[in-house]
Amino acid sequence: MKPAWRRRIAPAVVLLALLAAWEALVRLAHIPHYTLPAPSLVLQTLAGNFGSLAGSWWFTVKITFGALLLACAGGVLVAAVFALWRPVEEAFFPVAVVLQVTPIVAVAPLILIYVESTTAALLLCAWIVAFFPILSNTVVGLRAADLNLRELFRLYRATPWQRLRLLLVPSALPYFVAGLKISGGLSLIGAVTAEMVAGAAGRETGLASRILEASFRTETPKMFAALSLLVLTGVLIFAGFNALSRLLLGRWHATEN
Amino acid sequence: MSDASDALISLQQVDKRFANGVQALQSVSLAVQPGEFVSLLGPSGCGKSTVLRLVAGLDRASAGKVLAPALRADAASDTAFVFQEPTLMPWASVFDNAWLPLRLAGVSRRDAAARVMPLLQRMGLEAFANAFPGELSGGMKMRASIARALVTQPRLLLMDEPFAALDEITRQRLNADLLDAWQARPMAVLFVTHSVLEAVALSQRVLVMGARPGRIVAEFQVRRPARHDAGFRDSDDYVAQCRAVSRSLEAAHAATA
Repeated sequence: MKPAWRRRIAPAVVLLALLAAWEALVRLAHIPHYTLPAPSLVLQTLAGNFGSLAGSWWFTVKITFGALLLACAGGVLVAAVFALWRPVEEAFFPVAVVLQVTPIVAVAPLILIYVESTTAALLLCAWIVAFFPILSNTVVGLRAADLNLRELFRLYRATPWQRLRLLLVPSALPYFVAGLKISGGLSLIGAVTAEMVAGAAGRETGLASRILEASFRTETPKMFAALSLLVLTGVLIFAGFNALSRLLLGRWHATEN
Repeated sequence: MSDASDALISLQQVDKRFANGVQALQSVSLAVQPGEFVSLLGPSGCGKSTVLRLVAGLDRASAGKVLAPALRADAASDTAFVFQEPTLMPWASVFDNAWLPLRLAGVSRRDAAARVMPLLQRMGLEAFANAFPGELSGGMKMRASIARALVTQPRLLLMDEPFAALDEITRQRLNADLLDAWQARPMAVLFVTHSVLEAVALSQRVLVMGARPGRIVAEFQVRRPARHDAGFRDSDDYVAQCRAVSRSLEAAHAATA
């Protein structure tokens, strides 16, 4: 079998085997569905509640990508400022570290008190989690330009804009993409965590709220159905950013060769 | 020493002391005439590269004068630099790398093609114009780096041990290509090397540097055929001159060891 096919098929086989084992365990051990539903029941529940779950899924996706977009914009902007003025970095980097190290689950209740709009509060929580990897990676990336290339640009009297566009941005790209891959997953985690803290209240609710809601009613299959959508979203984000990384860096960067 | 009055560049009693207190150069004086090929030969760490950086304007002398009377301060394209490493942009094709100096000077891709492609052809890279540096051998990368340096038709080419990392066969081929390029369009070359054989094979004049602190301890006018002749390296005269330069280098070593 060709390696490319093996790389694609092997994980699928493992996944299917795990699902089959799970299904067999539930059936053979007669585990009640409120304790552990079989994958087939989860699938049935997902199909039966798809309309309502899809709405919640879309809400979570909006929060996730909204926060990621803001993290990209803010992270890159602040990284550019940090890279250009080291004193600013020295002054403000600890603040960024505080944002990173403070558990979001502990801060989320405060944010929900201070920010009136639940959607804005959720966005803020997810942004806090997603922001730091993009910031720190981009700062490193902007400083990672080859020293000799920097001197070459100096020798040819490149303008600051040429230096940024033709040297610093391409040099920083692999670092930014690495940060994006981390932040993609983290923004989903941030969105879900904040939704959990916010509870099932509000007109619009995400998948985490549906999980909470189902847990109050001991609707375990529905919890699993919502959870499987979250897992699927996380996997798609991961795969999407890996594809983006291959597209942007595939021909020239060691991480994609 | 060569006459400084009509020199393209000259250093007069130049000292260089780094911030850490290391005295890299002491009272270095040299001059390079338009179209002249001069090698700076010396042991590692003797300040050869520092001389190049001062001439290129990438560093400032602590004392003395660095004069480049024939080079206009605003004409970046008058001087080109080839580093020890190929120093190519890994994210750009061979063509785009060779285009860089012209691009920074505002020349469009289309207009640059008329100058870039003949150079790539001369360097044996025509078929690799769209290849990325990561897809090239070490020798080809260095050819691309030289093509980039020559694309502006500089009047002064500064080369910092450009072939040190290459195997002997590739090194000799690139020596020959460099001499061909120099004879096709004469320019002043200041070539840093620690190879006696290379210095004598390439240059019209060899300046031997002693270490700690770097200074010029000897100067040799190389007797060589007017046109590039592959047989020169096999001649008794070449061997005798290499021996003389080598003795001078050993004496410089002994004095500083």
